Amino acid sequence: MTHWPLLSILIWLPILGGVCTLLAGNARPGAARWIALGFAVATFLCSIPLFMGFDLASPAMQYVEQLAWLPAYDIQYHLGADGISLALIGLTTLTTVLVLIGAWGAIDKRVSQYYAAFMILEGLMIGVFSALDAILFYVFFEGMLIPMFIIIGVWGGPRRVYASVKFFLYTFLGSVFMLVGLVYLYLKGGSWQLADMAALPLTIGEQTWLFFAFLVAFAVKVPMFPVHTWLPDAHVEAPTGGSVILAAIMLKIGGYGFLRFVLPIVPDAGHDYAWLVIALSLVAVVYVGLVALVQEDMKKLIAYSSVSHMGFVTLGTFIAFALVRDVGAEDAARLGMQGAMVQMISHGFVSGAMFSCVGVLYDRMHSRMIRDYGGVANVMPWFAMFWVLFAMANSGLPGTSGFVGEFMVILAAFQHSPLVGFAAAATLIIGAGYTLWLTKRVIWGEVGNAHVAELEDLNGREWLVLGVFAAGVLVLGVWPKPLIDLMEPSIAQLAAQLAATKL
Amino acid sequence: MQATLATPAASEFLPLIPELVLVGSAFALLMLDLFLNEKQRVVTHLLAVASLVLVAALLVAGTGGQGAVLGGMFIRDNMADVLKIGTCVVSAIALLYGWPFLRERGLYKGEIAVLMLFAVVGMMLLVSAGSLVMVYLGLELLALCSYALVAIDRDSPLASEAAMKYFVLGALASGMLLYGMSLVYGASGSIDLATIAANAADAEQRTMLLTGMAFMLAGFAFKFGAAPFHMWVPDVYQGAPTPITLFIGSAPKLAAFAMAMRLLEVGMGPLAEHWRPLLAILAALSLVIGNLVALVQANLKRMLAYSTVSHVGFLFMGLAGGGAIGYAAAMFYALSYAIMATAAFGAIILLSRRGFEADRIEDFKGLNARDPWTAGLVLCVMASLAGVPPFLGFWSKLVVLRAAIEGGMLWLAIVGIVCAVIGAFYYLRVIKAMYFDEPVGEPVVPRTDRTLRVVFGVNALALLAFGVFWSPFMAWCQQAFA
Repeated sequence: MTHWPLLSILIWLPILGGVCTLLAGNARPGAARWIALGFAVATFLCSIPLFMGFDLASPAMQYVEQLAWLPAYDIQYHLGADGISLALIGLTTLTTVLVLIGAWGAIDKRVSQYYAAFMILEGLMIGVFSALDAILFYVFFEGMLIPMFIIIGVWGGPRRVYASVKFFLYTFLGSVFMLVGLVYLYLKGGSWQLADMAALPLTIGEQTWLFFAFLVAFAVKVPMFPVHTWLPDAHVEAPTGGSVILAAIMLKIGGYGFLRFVLPIVPDAGHDYAWLVIALSLVAVVYVGLVALVQEDMKKLIAYSSVSHMGFVTLGTFIAFALVRDVGAEDAARLGMQGAMVQMISHGFVSGAMFSCVGVLYDRMHSRMIRDYGGVANVMPWFAMFWVLFAMANSGLPGTSGFVGEFMVILAAFQHSPLVGFAAAATLIIGAGYTLWLTKRVIWGEVGNAHVAELEDLNGREWLVLGVFAAGVLVLGVWPKPLIDLMEPSIAQLAAQLAATKL
Repeated sequence: MQATLATPAASEFLPLIPELVLVGSAFALLMLDLFLNEKQRVVTHLLAVASLVLVAALLVAGTGGQGAVLGGMFIRDNMADVLKIGTCVVSAIALLYGWPFLRERGLYKGEIAVLMLFAVVGMMLLVSAGSLVMVYLGLELLALCSYALVAIDRDSPLASEAAMKYFVLGALASGMLLYGMSLVYGASGSIDLATIAANAADAEQRTMLLTGMAFMLAGFAFKFGAAPFHMWVPDVYQGAPTPITLFIGSAPKLAAFAMAMRLLEVGMGPLAEHWRPLLAILAALSLVIGNLVALVQANLKRMLAYSTVSHVGFLFMGLAGGGAIGYAAAMFYALSYAIMATAAFGAIILLSRRGFEADRIEDFKGLNARDPWTAGLVLCVMASLAGVPPFLGFWSKLVVLRAAIEGGMLWLAIVGIVCAVIGAFYYLRVIKAMYFDEPVGEPVVPRTDRTLRVVFGVNALALLAFGVFWSPFMAWCQQAFA
């Protein structure tokens, strides 16, 4: 199988599907839906051989494709995937199928464009996860903005224009600084390849400003406190599918960027400023968690909870810097990074599922306000079952995927400093607080009002979507070993890169 | 020099064949048009387009060969060829865009085509200028044709005002340029650019030379529309009939780039350490002023005018970066901007109809609901202008950014990218209007002329296609300065 250009197929098949969907036109929504779904399922199927043919023992990039793309500027079409990319690519192809199914009955305005936007977005996201050329990465990274901008702006809520423009400008502003950094690295090393950039010796001064250039780009994407404010707006206004993709995959690109760019290219500056990122992550975990507590809008609450959970990803990544260099505990550092990665995948499932659940309610009631609900379990028992499962995962209950990643990061954090570990662990309480309180107000209790009483339980389509998410959450929670094995060699290699100074 | 000018050998005219062909066809068309009635005007139009394409083909084929002739007055090199091809193609596209628009307003006189051809001749001379006189000659030929083109809608007060402003300010700029030239001539004792450069390093009248240089710089900053000499740009862009705006907003930028190269690099090369910082300041000012003022424009033509100012800033960034890489980058920027500008104004033309100009952003509201194809193309154009990959506009920004960083002007690069983000906002407003808003008032329906739609489609998709494969494009530019 390896001689097939699998990664290219995974990138271009959905984009081709998007174009075909567009050609179907808004006048034929049925055709557009089926075309898009057909391409999405095909893409998902194509990602399966990717896992089957993967050599688990090797930390090297696999499925490498390298072509001269723009020889005038030494830019190459260079793709490859290691365990980390692979896990995220799998998450992307699966989630996209679910999002398309989820939108089946919910979207009836400009259907073909909606579906096409998600298909194109899928191809671009897979491109981000598999690009090994910095400019190729940047092209995919920025290219994503336009479809997402359109998704939020066309199918979003009342303040969609504000939210979409804010989303675009925040991300754009972040990433242009990265571009300057990349150009600088190119001029210094004469290559856009990430591997060459990682091998390039840099002084601490250069590393420092490159670090901040990268930090701005990825911190906005993750998003980290204090540049997280675009996320609640974008989530609240985006249509359900947009929220799911945003939370499940696009935020992961920030975390992925830290692992791919900051860690190998500027390890010394990363170490010097690890305290800063750790502090910001803790603020995200604790403070943003508290902010989530007081939200009245379900989507906003979940959005803040996303910021809080993504804090674990940055915490796990940067605690590794501190652990390797200051304590020399490479095992613990690996634990932290693994935790960060598991948390990314897990959060993909959990947040995707939570936003899908809100979508299910919103499709019926056209309200996201918590006070409009109450006692939903009485009329929608199956829905309540799923909701409670996802709520438990969101609070980090053992046995669900939410527990695994957070626990690993907390363990690693304790080895660095009990205080950091303690602050990180606080999220288990705060997270349980806002999630369970939300559940209490929406799901439990007496039927809140006449509208709630008329709600109908899940249909087959919604069952399918939530069922797949639930399976992911449970399997990952009970048996995370395959995922950890998949990423282990790559993470071990990253940890080794952390230890080596580039000065 | 006098002797060679007096008796140029016939072979000396060979490199001028493209220009001569164009001048010949312009005169022929002028005569021919007298014998055509209103219905037959399409013949003039098509012949004008054909002669531009012919000249471009001659240039591609390398007819006449390269070299410096007429005592060094006229230089034909790689850069000149690439820029002339670009100028001819862009002008041909401008004519194609202009036909239906000008036609239904009764503005398409035979003179339009002829004036455009002469303007192109002016640009081509400018591109090949080897002496101060040739620079001035080309520039004035271009400028006079442009003034007349802007004023072609003589019954429109807005157009007349625009033409008047353009003329007065243009004359002022020419004056400054000429004054600078006279000082340079006085200091270096020559009007030949190469000789000026040779004498510049040890000129006795160094202050006079530098003053002359500053005046020349101001003169062409004026012609470019770089801040703080950009005042005429918005008024002229708004007032002129849109196809004319399209023309003066695209091709002359290529000529202006060539003028900068000839005057600064060829003529003032040894003084680079003096003019590079000046260019950098002009670049930064243009970026900041152009982008900030564009933010608040409701009129799309004015917005695009201010956006031109900011794009000129980017172009200057490449020039200021300097070296073969910087010049190639700036040239790439000029070429890609010319393509983007034609597409942007082309969109306005596509949405306009008789008695109605779709030049307000709100005219684009709800376009996606009525014509998703056109809306998608305009989306490509705006994304490209904003510099979002994978469109051409991104790559042109990338190359000038690189040039600036390589030239040691990191601060300028950072000003540039911050301004790019500010700029993204107003391009997004157009996308927002098309996709997110509902139409207000009478819906604006894009025209159905097939030619126009095909031209616009090709033009907009070229931004994507060149965005994915710009390597050959860039290779030409690099070759020009190899």
